Amino acid sequence: MPNRLNLRSKLGTRASRTVQAAVLSAAVFIFLGAGDPATRFNEIGHQMMCICGCNQILLECNHVGCPASDGMRNELMAAVSRGDSDSLVEQGFVQKYGPTVLAAPTTKGFDRAAYVIPFAALFFGFGLIVLIIRAWKDRPAPALADGLRPVRGAELEQFRDQARKETDL
Amino acid sequence: MAEIGSFALLLALALSLYSFLAGIVALVFQKRNSQPSSQPGVQTAGRTGFAPASEGSSLAALLRQGSERIGETARRAGIVTFGAVLLASVILVICAFRDDFSIAYILHHSNRDLPGPYKFAVLWSGQEGSLLFWSLLLAAYGFVLRLRYKTDARLFAYASVVLAGVQIFFLSLLNFAAHPFAIVQGTIPADGNGLNPLLQYPEMVIHPPMLYLGYVGFTVPFAFALGALIMKYPGEKWIHITRRWTMVTWAFLTCGVFLGAHWAYSVLGWGGYWGWDPVENASLMPWLTGTAFLHSVMMQEKRGMLKMWNMWLVFATFWLAILGTFLTRSGIISSVHAFAQSSIGDWFAWFLAITLIVFIFFFVKNKSSLRSEHKLESLVSRESSFLFNNLLFVLLCFTVLWGTWFPKISELVQGNKVTVGAPFYNRVAIPVALLLLILTAVGPLLAWRKTSLESLKRNFMWPTIGAVVVAIFLMITPQSWGSTFGLKPWQDISYFYSLMAIALSVLVTLTVASEFYRGGRVISKHTGQSMFASMVQLTHRNTRRYGGYIVHFGVVVVIIGFAGAAFNQDKEQEMANGDKMTIGNYTLICRSYTDDDGPNFASQWAMLDVYKGGKQIDTMSPVRRFYKASQQTSTMPDIRSGLNEDLYLVFEGLNQDNGHPIIKAHLNALVMWIWMGVWIMLIGTVLALVPNAPAPVRVAATARIGQPNPAPAVTGD
Repeated sequence: MPNRLNLRSKLGTRASRTVQAAVLSAAVFIFLGAGDPATRFNEIGHQMMCICGCNQILLECNHVGCPASDGMRNELMAAVSRGDSDSLVEQGFVQKYGPTVLAAPTTKGFDRAAYVIPFAALFFGFGLIVLIIRAWKDRPAPALADGLRPVRGAELEQFRDQARKETDL
Repeated sequence: MAEIGSFALLLALALSLYSFLAGIVALVFQKRNSQPSSQPGVQTAGRTGFAPASEGSSLAALLRQGSERIGETARRAGIVTFGAVLLASVILVICAFRDDFSIAYILHHSNRDLPGPYKFAVLWSGQEGSLLFWSLLLAAYGFVLRLRYKTDARLFAYASVVLAGVQIFFLSLLNFAAHPFAIVQGTIPADGNGLNPLLQYPEMVIHPPMLYLGYVGFTVPFAFALGALIMKYPGEKWIHITRRWTMVTWAFLTCGVFLGAHWAYSVLGWGGYWGWDPVENASLMPWLTGTAFLHSVMMQEKRGMLKMWNMWLVFATFWLAILGTFLTRSGIISSVHAFAQSSIGDWFAWFLAITLIVFIFFFVKNKSSLRSEHKLESLVSRESSFLFNNLLFVLLCFTVLWGTWFPKISELVQGNKVTVGAPFYNRVAIPVALLLLILTAVGPLLAWRKTSLESLKRNFMWPTIGAVVVAIFLMITPQSWGSTFGLKPWQDISYFYSLMAIALSVLVTLTVASEFYRGGRVISKHTGQSMFASMVQLTHRNTRRYGGYIVHFGVVVVIIGFAGAAFNQDKEQEMANGDKMTIGNYTLICRSYTDDDGPNFASQWAMLDVYKGGKQIDTMSPVRRFYKASQQTSTMPDIRSGLNEDLYLVFEGLNQDNGHPIIKAHLNALVMWIWMGVWIMLIGTVLALVPNAPAPVRVAATARIGQPNPAPAVTGD
């Protein structure tokens, strides 16, 4: 987690806050992944699992005497101190401990499906519902008994307003 | 004792078999003998729902009477099943209290020095006992259902047969695969292995029963749905009956899921409450589909739409509850919660397959009875919002299911397992949940059939302005005000999500409040009551609607609590006497550390003085325990809860070189909001179950002299 205290705004006016926000936003995008070692250690450590069998995030493993997490944290700290990139650190851990050391699937190869499928389902579902709504909307109104005609347009709105007034709670 | 327990289980199985088979026979004869014009669902003279033929041959009358009697015996057998399973459960608990280690289950899950409440909880602490408990709850639900059969005798007879079918499965498991009264072979040990230390916490006595009441309870809506499908039930009465059962079950499951989260938070000592473990996911999936059903069922009640969809939602909810049990017990997916691996996973797999086949068979056969006239007038309507709401709930459920099974799928496709943990769900599920939150705000403001953009703008403008103002306020306030202030969403995606979650929660809260205000104002104007009294009356007149709004409010309070996770901090430090640690606005000073020895466990603990703003505000004592019977250690964090944040201290252990305690401190933001929100959700659910007050009737009376404004009269009923 970024050290928010160090980034605390010191500017007083709203205009200067807007400028600060813009500068900070740009900085985040320009220097993405170039945080200080402690921040990077924290971020990468939360993307990995402890392999002792506790099924916990590496930096959340709370077993004193855990056979795995202390060593893994030291390795991570060393890699971050050396200035290894995030992907290099992750590759090193995967080679040593296997792919289950990563807390989430990668965005490469078949692993990508883990992320694509839910969002594909979301878009597919949205499209399907819009189509369903259109189809239901275009359906003809049910036939009325002889002598009755369907109420539409302004007349329908008038009836609606009347009904709302009379049943309004 | 074990023999009596075993006999009770066998008797229960025999009774369930009888209830199932005799129930089917009675229903088949009823169908053959009923008049073509007889209306199912209409209360008839027959106790088991048989429609009497107005005339008929004496043979037909005899057959009718016979099948009616068979149906009645089936119902009574179902009732007595509850007695037999209850007897078996009571015997198992008595054996735990008597330290009867000749029973393998008691030997493996209890010990002599185990405190009384945990000996009671032994019933659901292991594989065999928890299956017995499941069977007991199913029998209890069946007991209530069979006693209330007069509501709709024929539908209840069908539901009773379905329940008996499910009960046969669980009792077969208990009798032939996971016997809770299995006897220890050879020498009987003097003491038991003890209960898992993580389970020795007061909530363990209540969390599993609540969760199981939820899981098992979804069998009842499923039984009604399948019964209605088989008998081609006309009308929506079955959905009214099912909805109330579903709401009760949903409340139990909600309670169970969050008690589990609270238990994890209070016992596991990692500072969190939800780890996206497969077993946690298993409890979430039926909750999501059950929640979707509680929304979409309104479409069927109000507009006669989504009949097929609702049928599938009820089935999916039941099926996912069983799937969760399969996950826990089969060992197919690794989980810290899983029971010991055993062959009962195969039983569950077969049961899941059979229920799916049976449901699909009857759905295909009788789906014509579920046709409805879908007609929508506008995209901007309550109907549309329910469709999108259901999409998002089902999609969230699918995402959780997908994430839970992805390691297995990955292993099948690319030959290696991967981990699907919190980072995956944070990336995928949070955006969908935020969309759902938007719908929660918009949905209640939309009218059935059609909403004009003008009215939407009118109702939505002030809540939107309020949410934007709060978001800006949170961004521009100084961080020294607390962890949730001075939020800069561009710094980190988690801050962006948190800001969105809080702003949308404010939006939902304001829309809910505006609904109460508008309704209350109308009543206040008509009756002259105060606004508060008017709102109470408003709620009482339509408990379901306003109870639902209160549930929505509870949900946003929970969401605000979740949003706090982005601001959590933690620190770990070795602390000798007098050592100091600073985290957030707190300073901790180690006053002392010591150990203790008891019959059940030995403990090490530290005493830490807590300072805030230079002033001592508390002394906290995190503990680490060593349980003698099981030879396992467990932490008992000390938590100082506040509205803004929790100070959460864990005694992690002693440094082997110098014997100093290692303390981990967490500062968890807004966690208390989660537990408060759950209470609000439960209050809202209970309120929604309360019958409506009678609507007032205005009496058109001639104005008398001196009484120009007659007050509206309220009917007694």
